[in-house]
Amino acid sequence: MWQGFLQIALTLIIVIIITPFLGSYIARVFLGKKTFLDPIITPAEQFIYNLSGIRHKEDMTGWQYTRAILYSNLFMGIFVYLILMLQGVLPLNITNLSAPSWDLALHTTISFLTNTDQQHYSGETTLSYLSQTVCLGFLMFTSAATGLAVGIAFIRGLTGRTLGNFFVDLIKSITRILLPISLVGALLLLILGVPDTLAGPATTTTLEGNIQVIARGPVASFEFIKQLGENGGGFFGINSAHPFENPNPLTNLIETIAMISIPAALIYTYGIFANNTKQAWLLFWMVFAIFILLVGISAIGEYQGNPLVNTLLGGQQPNLEGKEVRFGWVETALWAIVTTGTMCGAVNGMHDSLMPPGGFSTLFNLFLQIIWGGQGTGTAYLFVFLILSVFVTGLMVGRTPEFLGRKIEKREIVLASVILLIHPILVLIPSAITLAFPDALAGISNPGFHGISQVVYEYASATANNGSGFEGLGDNTLWWNLSASVSLLGGRYIPIIALLLLADNMKNKQPVPETTGTLRTDTVLFTSVTAGVILILGVLTFFPILALGPIAEGFQLAKGI
Amino acid sequence: MSNSTSKPRRTPQGRRDSRRHTPKVDTKGIYQRAIRDSFVKLDPRVQVRNPVMFVVWIGTIITALLTINPYLFGNVPGENLRFFNGLITVILFFTLVFANFAEAVAEGRGKAQADALRSTKSDTIAKKLSPDGKIQEVSSTTLRRGDIVKVIAGDIIPADGEVISGVASVDESAITGESAPVLKEPGSDIASSVTGGTKIISDELTIRVTADPGKGFIDRMIALVEGAERSKTPNEIALTVLLAVLTQVFLIVVATLPPVANYVKNPVSVAILIALLVALIPTTIGGLLSAIGIAGMDRVAQFNVVATSGRAVEACGDVNTLVLDKTGTITLGNRLAEEFIPVNGHSLEDVAGVALAASVFDETPEGKSIVRLAERLGAEVDFDRTQAEGIEFSAKTRMSGTDLPDGREIRKGAVDAIKGFVRSRGGKLAADLDQAYERVSRLGGTPLAVCQNGDIYGVIYLKDIIKPGIRERFEQLRRMGVRTVMLTGDNRITASVIAQEAGVDDFIAEATPEDKIAVIQREQAEGKLVAMTGDGTNDAPALAQANVGLAMNSGTQAAKEAANMVDLDSDPTKLIDLVTIGKQLLITRGALTTFSVANDIAKYFAILPVIFAAAGLQTLNVMGLVSTQSAVLSALIYNALIIPALIPLALRGVKFRPLTANQLLQRNILLYGLGGVVAPFIAIKVIDVLISAVGLV
Repeated sequence: MWQGFLQIALTLIIVIIITPFLGSYIARVFLGKKTFLDPIITPAEQFIYNLSGIRHKEDMTGWQYTRAILYSNLFMGIFVYLILMLQGVLPLNITNLSAPSWDLALHTTISFLTNTDQQHYSGETTLSYLSQTVCLGFLMFTSAATGLAVGIAFIRGLTGRTLGNFFVDLIKSITRILLPISLVGALLLLILGVPDTLAGPATTTTLEGNIQVIARGPVASFEFIKQLGENGGGFFGINSAHPFENPNPLTNLIETIAMISIPAALIYTYGIFANNTKQAWLLFWMVFAIFILLVGISAIGEYQGNPLVNTLLGGQQPNLEGKEVRFGWVETALWAIVTTGTMCGAVNGMHDSLMPPGGFSTLFNLFLQIIWGGQGTGTAYLFVFLILSVFVTGLMVGRTPEFLGRKIEKREIVLASVILLIHPILVLIPSAITLAFPDALAGISNPGFHGISQVVYEYASATANNGSGFEGLGDNTLWWNLSASVSLLGGRYIPIIALLLLADNMKNKQPVPETTGTLRTDTVLFTSVTAGVILILGVLTFFPILALGPIAEGFQLAKGI
Repeated sequence: MSNSTSKPRRTPQGRRDSRRHTPKVDTKGIYQRAIRDSFVKLDPRVQVRNPVMFVVWIGTIITALLTINPYLFGNVPGENLRFFNGLITVILFFTLVFANFAEAVAEGRGKAQADALRSTKSDTIAKKLSPDGKIQEVSSTTLRRGDIVKVIAGDIIPADGEVISGVASVDESAITGESAPVLKEPGSDIASSVTGGTKIISDELTIRVTADPGKGFIDRMIALVEGAERSKTPNEIALTVLLAVLTQVFLIVVATLPPVANYVKNPVSVAILIALLVALIPTTIGGLLSAIGIAGMDRVAQFNVVATSGRAVEACGDVNTLVLDKTGTITLGNRLAEEFIPVNGHSLEDVAGVALAASVFDETPEGKSIVRLAERLGAEVDFDRTQAEGIEFSAKTRMSGTDLPDGREIRKGAVDAIKGFVRSRGGKLAADLDQAYERVSRLGGTPLAVCQNGDIYGVIYLKDIIKPGIRERFEQLRRMGVRTVMLTGDNRITASVIAQEAGVDDFIAEATPEDKIAVIQREQAEGKLVAMTGDGTNDAPALAQANVGLAMNSGTQAAKEAANMVDLDSDPTKLIDLVTIGKQLLITRGALTTFSVANDIAKYFAILPVIFAAAGLQTLNVMGLVSTQSAVLSALIYNALIIPALIPLALRGVKFRPLTANQLLQRNILLYGLGGVVAPFIAIKVIDVLISAVGLV
């Protein structure tokens, strides 16, 4: 057991070490300061600007930034949808796959466009290489970059700067952050045994003399951005549990760190923008503490195993159902929390097979959305929670609440509330509809409490733009494809609009100078209060679901039923 | 200006009997009226304004229907449903009534005050002066701005106005509660304004009416204290939005629960779902929110200050900078002549004589004290007063004096003003003048030079006395993060001595009225909120510019109109107390919000495990509540009773301590945050034991 926890500790120490370096690098990129990559990238970027005709790089207002995101995403979405529907007649279709159904293609397009990568299909048997690389690979970069741009624009507004130009931020995110890191990462994965080829599936004769067809493809290049960009859509149906996506513990370590690095670093980036790295570290440790708690809960749950199985075995054994033995209970538990926390959504084991504590923790992550959180947006949500904490508790110091010197008034609360409200709406309402007609709609493989977790997980994953599945659902149906699409779109773009308008609003406020009468937000006290507010608001909203899902299931299992 | 040293110091926490009410309010009927009002307010048109309570209102209707027919929404298991639903209906009904009661009590005092004020405003007969000089008796309601009226001893002054002739004493107790009569005379900035509804008790006055009927000071006061014009303050609006959002969140949570519960074959009845919803939505703060705001306004009113809006009271808590006049606020109003310092080779007697001659027409306390000191030193008036002409002080010349019948011009005033005068009369400046000037300044006194034509005789040392206790008040303000800036007409050295002694953060010496507005604008440009006091007409622009402008009731009509608060006691020190009241208002709101939200944890733990007992959640019933019905009722009874339990706190306000923001947060989060988590666990358990013991369920 202790060896398992040592593995977790080691992984997280690396993350902690990377955070300030990556964080300040991201800050330098978006503050327009010199970085060591400038000599190569600046001319390349200039070429892209010339090519794409982006001549005006003026700062945008909140609405302009929002419109730029919405239009560009719509354009990319239509482009990808058309290619998916036409993949049968387009090149690089070595296995002669036909077009997917219209609703699956729609769901897939929206899912990758929103940085979610929820998959109601198995990549290797559904999509051609062209669809995988040109469509989905392309969206993996742009959707991650969109999220990053939103996060940076939000931080800019919060710290009193103009929001910046979306197209410049989008290109910079790709050329200076996602692409260089992915190149290095993909090479590492390649060296460690992940294939990358445009050749068709390999055919071999097995020892028994059977013919086996082994799917392969341009995996390594696809794999790393899938992790780094919090995309999570696997090349293969079983995602990072597949030996070609994630062959050994070392690739597993790299892929775990790739997921967590940017969301963690962005908190530090905020610290540099706000010129307050003390607060950044406090927030980092706050998130870290909740994260560790959830990792601990799920790891112990997996370690203790299933009581029913243990009775049969006559002793306590870790739960290895739905896990790859090359990773074991500990790396799967850690991965599960990281992937749901960061909204990556890649899996290296089946979440459906997690013990109730694991199910609880992964759902909890999807509900809160800030235990690191999605690319860019997660960091922004963290500050929305901070603003709400300031508003509720800040009154108790006898002043109109202010954050970074800017007063929190009606408009800010309305915009922050959108984010607070949209999540329960898009998760609970479709879940309730689905559960109201279990036979017609749900396709649930497990009845009872676990079935509730399966359904709620699907919508929570869609709304939070996570993309992982609890699985066990027959989810490639018209109902699931369309209802999940609504959650995907609503969970992505409504908060983005609110965040950008909120940032714009904060930027336009006259800052109030800080005095001893001002509530300081960079103290241990206030950070603890924020943690309390986050937990209370998160828990209060989803407590009944958690109670009837994983908690009830846990009690049931404990009773040995 | 009133002298606050002899009275017990007034702070919001001061002894109740040390606070005067404006005017004497009959508080006997308040509770009866409040009880009546709390039922009247059940009108849905009133309830719909408060989204949280409106949800409770609808819930009450539905549970009432379910009491009549428990199977309205389909078959529900269980026995005694009608009785149980009836109990829920009754508790929800009382939750509404309690919330209404809180608001009604808060409004009650204001209404009683308004009634008292209205009684002074009865229609009076006014003696209107026609342009041809004839007196015409008309009803006071027909008076218009610009009309001239005459009032004689015993009359009620018919409208707000400006004295244009006559000298009389006026009883203003109807509005200020102060029984000592006030002298009114024309010309002077301060004493020339009169308020409609007050009573003239000696002599007679001619008054030019300055307010149309219904727009006078008392009318405005009635509207304010009655809350007729009460609009929600910015912070209150933002909080209402958040509470509405939380209500919607819980509405979604509860509304989506039935399919989920049915799926695991653990159906929940509609009545219980409504009970769960009401327990979760923030009814505690939702029910008390408006009472807190009204009570905050009322605390200001009890403090003898009339605020034109709740916004102004709230702004007090946010004030970053106080701009204070030295005289009357930091120092006792009247400076007294302490010493004459001869210069230029003149004798003490000469100086005393000239100083006396310069001050014979000076009616200010300073002038009178100079006369007294001079007479004590044996000086006498050696000219015919009736032939001499008094030169009035003006802010521009900064000197006053007397022109004697024989052509001598005697002046006293600020040293550099006198220097200028002497130069203009071809005189020379004495070398020892500056020494005397500095000596007085270093003592924190005000040096006044006296001269006769071009010859400077000496310096008068006017002694300033800093108000006792003011230093500690500034200390507290500094801890709360409020900066103080002292404005004074004194020279730089005097100002710095006083500033240091009083402990203000900054000062502006030799300040003109224009400096006042400049300093406010400068601070506001840095994003700060500024509060100031003022009484003169030339203060009006600065009062309007400041975020919180407190005008003295003794001040001019212009100043009172420009300010957003009027102090009926005319005590500028009150500005400091107003900051405290504003902060207290915000803290109370925040504390009860935090408490209300933190309560939800216990309510969840009370209700969810028992209603999902079939799903095996009984383990979470950490309070060991007896049954489903007792648990649901206990949580609801707690939810209802906590509102009246917190009414005193909402009305009185959370105790305020002058601490830094972080100390305050720490204290209040422990008390109301942690307390809000723990208290309901205990209370719900106790209620559960009690109602089970009496066999209610």
